[in-house]
This record gives sequence, structure tokens and C-alpha cells, in this order.
Amino acid sequence: MGRFHRHDDGTQHDHEHDHEHDHGDHRGYATGTERIEVLEAIFAENDNRAEINRTAFESNGIRALNLMSSPGSGKTTVLAGTLDALAGEFAVGIVEGDIATDLDAAKLGGRGAQISLLNTSNGFGGECHLDASMVHRALDGLDLPALDLVIIENVGNLVCPAEFDVGEHAKAMVYSVTEGEDKPLKYPVMFRSVDVLLLNKIDLIPHLDADVDTYISRVREVNPGARILPVSARTGEGMNEWFDWLREFARPR
Amino acid sequence: MVRVQVGALRQVVPDSLAFCWTIVRDDENMADAELELEFVAAEVACRGCGQQSEIESRWSVACPRCQSADVAVVRGEEFLVTSVDVT
Repeated sequence: MGRFHRHDDGTQHDHEHDHEHDHGDHRGYATGTERIEVLEAIFAENDNRAEINRTAFESNGIRALNLMSSPGSGKTTVLAGTLDALAGEFAVGIVEGDIATDLDAAKLGGRGAQISLLNTSNGFGGECHLDASMVHRALDGLDLPALDLVIIENVGNLVCPAEFDVGEHAKAMVYSVTEGEDKPLKYPVMFRSVDVLLLNKIDLIPHLDADVDTYISRVREVNPGARILPVSARTGEGMNEWFDWLREFARPR
Repeated sequence: MVRVQVGALRQVVPDSLAFCWTIVRDDENMADAELELEFVAAEVACRGCGQQSEIESRWSVACPRCQSADVAVVRGEEFLVTSVDVT
């Protein structure tokens, strides 16, 4: 049985497990079965690769943000407004994750950022999240030494992206009020994982049955520590607080 | 036999995992290979009241004794292969 692993010098390969071991006293095992203690995290390989990405960011003085949300929450509109406001202050790279199409990449083009498009499929269906090795590949499309901040726009999905470290320094999410105030309770793993949450589309609150405080208290139930920023990416309301958060986050350290 | 620990706070669906196991097992021609899932309940340590308790809520990790949300998750995020029996 081959086993994939990595050495300290960065090389990696498989071994055939064909040599003899002494695994101690087996007199209790009349069946000839031996138990091998493993205690290995199933996400270990992803986590190792995430660490490689993080090292690549840090050796280039970059801060990286993993931006997640459901489909249609306004992530790309938030990013477009963010680039318009901040692309003159620091050099931004975007990893644009989508199952298919370059529509979002096109929307973000011409706003002063480097963009690396990462489609998780070529044609029909594909991964519902980004993992560390996909992001690693996308970094080839960015000139890292020239960048200060990389924002990884994950695939729109409230489930799987929460499980995969991609090498970021913080996780952010966009949660729009039209998704309903119950979503933090239905997708607690995602909501609990983030450091900052943009409560988007607050310009639509007058047309809904819940007020902003209700959304905030639902988020607080699953994630009391997150920074919550009510915004409307469409009107620009509240976006300055988000820009300030990003300025502080992207500050070289 | 492969033993896997699954924490309550992971988004792992035991039935799906068991079903996928049967496909991989048959594909690898190891019809006798078994998967044993060990479920780990979530437990939090509360900074408010100092108590450590198991949580039953499906979404909130707040302390079940004092409702404080200022907690550290002690158990429940496991997703580990703990051991393998080789015959």
C-alpha cells in the first residue's frame, strides 16, 4: 500500500510498504490481525498545502483573505466597490473561484487589481468549494511580489468552503438580508468560522419582515466574536467601515 | 477495519460516508473491509462560568449552563483516522 507523504526538504513521494516491522507483542491476536494506530486528520493533506500557500503569501509580505458566501449574496459587487475604493492604496490580487464562467472575473476587471480566475470545472459541474491545492495553482496567475493583499473569492456555498483552509490569514463572509434571518442557525459551521461578516443589502430591509438587529443577534448566537458590518454594496452605505477593516487587515506586519 | 472519529461540529454525514465507503471498498476489491465511525459529541469550556459541558444544540455552541457565548470548543471538531486493522 503506497503512502503519500512529504519530507522537511519539500520533496514528496509514495513508498511501497514492503519491509518488515516489529509491532510489538501480538500474542493476543490469534486472527493474525494487527492494529495500527494512525491518528491522522483526514484534512491533513489539505492543511499541509494550505501552509505552503500561507508561506508563499508571507514570504511576499501579503495578507490573504478567504471571502465566502451563498450564491447571490453580493460578494462580487462588494469586491467591485472595494477595488474602486482601495486599489489605489494597496496592490490587490483576486483569486476568483467559480464553478464555471468568467463572468465575475470580467466584472472585476479594469479596477486596478490582478485577477486569477479559477474555474472548478471545465464545462459541466465541478467542485463546490476551493481547496488549498486549487488556490495554489491559481497563485501562478498572480505576480505575488507585487501584491499587498490577496482576496480569495470562494465558490458561492454556505457548506463546504467552511471546512477547507486555503492558506488565508482571516475568513470573511457576505451574508445578505434577503437570504433570511435563520441562515446562521442553518449553516452554523460557516457562520462560526468567520472573523468578519458583511451583512449586505441592508437597503432592502424596509421590504423585509426582520430588522438589522435580528440578523445580528442570529449571527451572534453562533459566532459571538465576529466583527459584523451592516452594508449595502449597491448604495455604498456602511462600506467605509469595511474598507477600514481591510486597511487594518492588510497593514504589513 | 478502518476506524474514523467524526466530531458533531463537522459537516460529515455518517450515512453518506458509509455509503461511499462501500463503493471504494468494492472498487478496491476489499469486500471485507469495514469502516467503523466513532461519533464524538461536542463539548465546550465556558469562560463565563468556568464549567465544561456537552452541548446538545444543533447550531449554537453557547454554554448550556449559563448561555454565555464566550466558550472554547474542547471536543467535536475531530475528523480523524484513529486506527487501521490489517489482516
